[in-house]
Amino acid sequence: MKQFATLIKTLDSTNKTTKKVEALANYFARAKDADKVWTIAILSHRRPPRPVNTTLLREWAAELANIPLWLFEESYHIVGDLAETIALVVPAGETSSEKSLTVFLEEMIALKPKEEADKKAYLFENWRQLNYYERFVFTKLITGGFRIGVSQKLMTRALSKATGIDEDVLAYKLMGNWDPNTISFQDLVLEEKESDYLSKPYPFYLAYAVEGEVEDLGAVSNWSFEHKWDGIRCQVIIRNDELFVWSRGEELVTDKYPEFQKFVGPIPNGTVLDGELLPYVNGELGTFNDLQTRIGRKTVSKNLLVKTPVILKAYDVLEWKGKDIRTKTFVERRKILEQLFRTIPVISGGAEQDRTEQLPLLLSERMEFKSWEEVAQERNRAREMRSEGLMLKRKDSPYQVGRKKGDWWKWKVDPLTIDAVLTYAMRGHGRRSNLFTDYTFALWQENNEGKKELVTFAKAYSGLTDKEFKEVDAWIKKNTLERFGPVRSVTPHHVFEIAFEGIAFSKRHKSGVATRFPRILRWRKDKKIEEANGLEDLKALISPSPQSTPQKEEEAKNTKE
Amino acid sequence: MNTPLLQFTHRGIYCAPAKVYLDPWKPVDKAIISHGHADHSRWGHKSYITHHKNVPIVKHRLGDVNITGKAWGETFTINGVTFSLHPAGHIIGSSQIRVAHKGEVWVFTGDYKLEDDGLATPYESIKCHTFITECTFGLPAFLWTPQKEVFTDINQWWAENKANGQTSVLFGYSLGKAQRLLKHLDPSIGKIYTHGAVENMTAVLRPLATFPQTELITRDTKKEDIKGNMVIAPPSAHGSTWIRKMTPFVTASASGWMAFRGARRRRAIDKGFVLSDHCDWPDLLKAIKNTGAEKIICTHGYTDIFSKYLRELGYDARTEQTQYGEEEGPVSLEEGNTELTGEHANQ
Repeated sequence: MKQFATLIKTLDSTNKTTKKVEALANYFARAKDADKVWTIAILSHRRPPRPVNTTLLREWAAELANIPLWLFEESYHIVGDLAETIALVVPAGETSSEKSLTVFLEEMIALKPKEEADKKAYLFENWRQLNYYERFVFTKLITGGFRIGVSQKLMTRALSKATGIDEDVLAYKLMGNWDPNTISFQDLVLEEKESDYLSKPYPFYLAYAVEGEVEDLGAVSNWSFEHKWDGIRCQVIIRNDELFVWSRGEELVTDKYPEFQKFVGPIPNGTVLDGELLPYVNGELGTFNDLQTRIGRKTVSKNLLVKTPVILKAYDVLEWKGKDIRTKTFVERRKILEQLFRTIPVISGGAEQDRTEQLPLLLSERMEFKSWEEVAQERNRAREMRSEGLMLKRKDSPYQVGRKKGDWWKWKVDPLTIDAVLTYAMRGHGRRSNLFTDYTFALWQENNEGKKELVTFAKAYSGLTDKEFKEVDAWIKKNTLERFGPVRSVTPHHVFEIAFEGIAFSKRHKSGVATRFPRILRWRKDKKIEEANGLEDLKALISPSPQSTPQKEEEAKNTKE
Repeated sequence: MNTPLLQFTHRGIYCAPAKVYLDPWKPVDKAIISHGHADHSRWGHKSYITHHKNVPIVKHRLGDVNITGKAWGETFTINGVTFSLHPAGHIIGSSQIRVAHKGEVWVFTGDYKLEDDGLATPYESIKCHTFITECTFGLPAFLWTPQKEVFTDINQWWAENKANGQTSVLFGYSLGKAQRLLKHLDPSIGKIYTHGAVENMTAVLRPLATFPQTELITRDTKKEDIKGNMVIAPPSAHGSTWIRKMTPFVTASASGWMAFRGARRRRAIDKGFVLSDHCDWPDLLKAIKNTGAEKIICTHGYTDIFSKYLRELGYDARTEQTQYGEEEGPVSLEEGNTELTGEHANQ
């Protein structure tokens, strides 16, 4: 533990990436194998399940610190991190533990099924003894969510430095479903084994946003175009008569999307497809908002499967007949993909189709254009196509690893914008703890008595400079109306221009509208709150579509009731 | 009901029978000043009364104002009200202001800390009926380690940086924190360079205390000479063009706010040393208890939370709005001091 806590302290004491990689590489070179495995697991968000819920943690920490619970809660709102708050308020221990990180984690796993009294005794013992940093790390391991400014990529780079294994190979090895409790460092990192690779996806190739003018990308004839679909980026793997679905967050989500089981059989073993998982409702693509109902669910009810089925809009093939074909050119890979589509029964359009014989699969249509103006025109159709813009892929490009510039670009449509009033604020977390940086915005609506009132429609916490955040923060503290725990309501006074990518009707939102990726575009100091937009203006931005008109929403509601 | 001895007005804390203000934030005729930080000693008063040691600081900051110096514990009477100044331990020359009238005693702390920092005259507990206290760090999350340990860490950090061929840049407010750092840095490790604001303020304080030798960084200072040494600068120098001369360097801040990892990360500082010139949580509670006061008024810091807790402990505690300190958060790293006038304009 001492070693791991020292690592975290060192990572915490520098703001420079090279220093962080160096500290991690040193750690990987020196730590015991089991600790290394756990460190990799923790830094790639594979922590063991939380042994004690946070309500109990808070109560017990307050008890040990000898302060009332409300005072602990207030401190937590201000510190912004539960483990840090606990480490700060409980009386300081001075000792350092000789127990290894692995032993601590094994203890925590064993703790989960135990009685409350045992859990409490375990926590008190460690909180009392450990010094500040070890206490912080210990509590962080219990609360989970080890975000300390070390990305998985950075960790992989350090591991590569320490082991001499290629970074991309390592990224591939560390993906997927492995259990830090049972796997050895030898198995996970050092050893080459074919059988392990059955479920393993390839690292996703990620595109950068177009910089400057698209014309600078050269001859339009070198490029292939597709719409940029607004769903979940996925890799679908069929190997050995088994299906694996990976999301871009390198999370195995096979069980969440049982409709894809149909792929096994018709799609030959040894195939890996890259595509977008999208909702497909009544014979056409749904919105991201439709998809929201599926994302959080681990088990999917039959009802939901009927209401919001999903499909894969495939755009690339990375493995074919068991061979890694990522080095083939994009056009060659697409030929293979299109050939595959000719041999299997994929979805055909229309609402009234019987889909029992069809695979939930669509091809992401490839387009070519004669001029960049034509490309721009197609991009303007994005909202109508339910896409976020265009993807530009160089025809002769291989499938690369991670975010690389040059061969793939995303060219999104300009965001939609609206002027809204700041109504609530909450303190941020991490580097923004203790600053009010998370805002709620409202738009005008006429109530039943014909009076205008503000209705909340979105939250946003990015888009301002640090200086602007400071200014808003200071203003909020002076203009607080009411406090609700960490949230404060403020005098409606400031207007901000809010940008967002997509918009749809939603029953889950008070305003009746859901926006996608809302963020602050500008602080409109020139505008008075009376000049902010109305909810009607926002609704007018929703592009018409059969399943998302207000009328249909109303009907759906009626039939349900 | 009688008028309270001290009232909170839009100009500042006012003693009506004496017609005197304590640390007023708007121009007044007569002001008693607790200490030299910009939010407590402001421009434009017709006359100032403060401790002897604070006189040169105020003059340095505000020019040739009409100012009278008093000694610790020296009583002076204005319109029948008795005043005296007592050490607050915050920075050199910082006082608590005791106000006594018709058997009633109030104490206003300004800013204070209990730990003896080896520089400011150590805090002295004064019995009173009403205690007007700051609570900049009035949360149980703030627990300071003794300064001896903190300075061991700071000197060790410096020595490590030096061994790595890097310059150590340490940020601290030019009045107070900078001198406290200077006083306890180990000059056997290397030379100590200063930013202009720190150098000027230290020059004002040299007659009052002994400090190690410092060297001002000027246009003519050679880059090679600075390498591996210590540089003390105000926080506003962080991210400025001035600092580029120190390359390769690592940065650190010494402040109570460094107790929060988020505060340091937000400022993109490499290292944070938790070192404050204010009371931590236990010291605030201890100070209040020792005064024997039943009425407590919280002026700045986490006032709402702190006064609520004091009420639970049985005190008659409340909050009054003042213009001391920044708001409740570390908006700057100045530990509650809003201003860096003329120190490092527009960086």
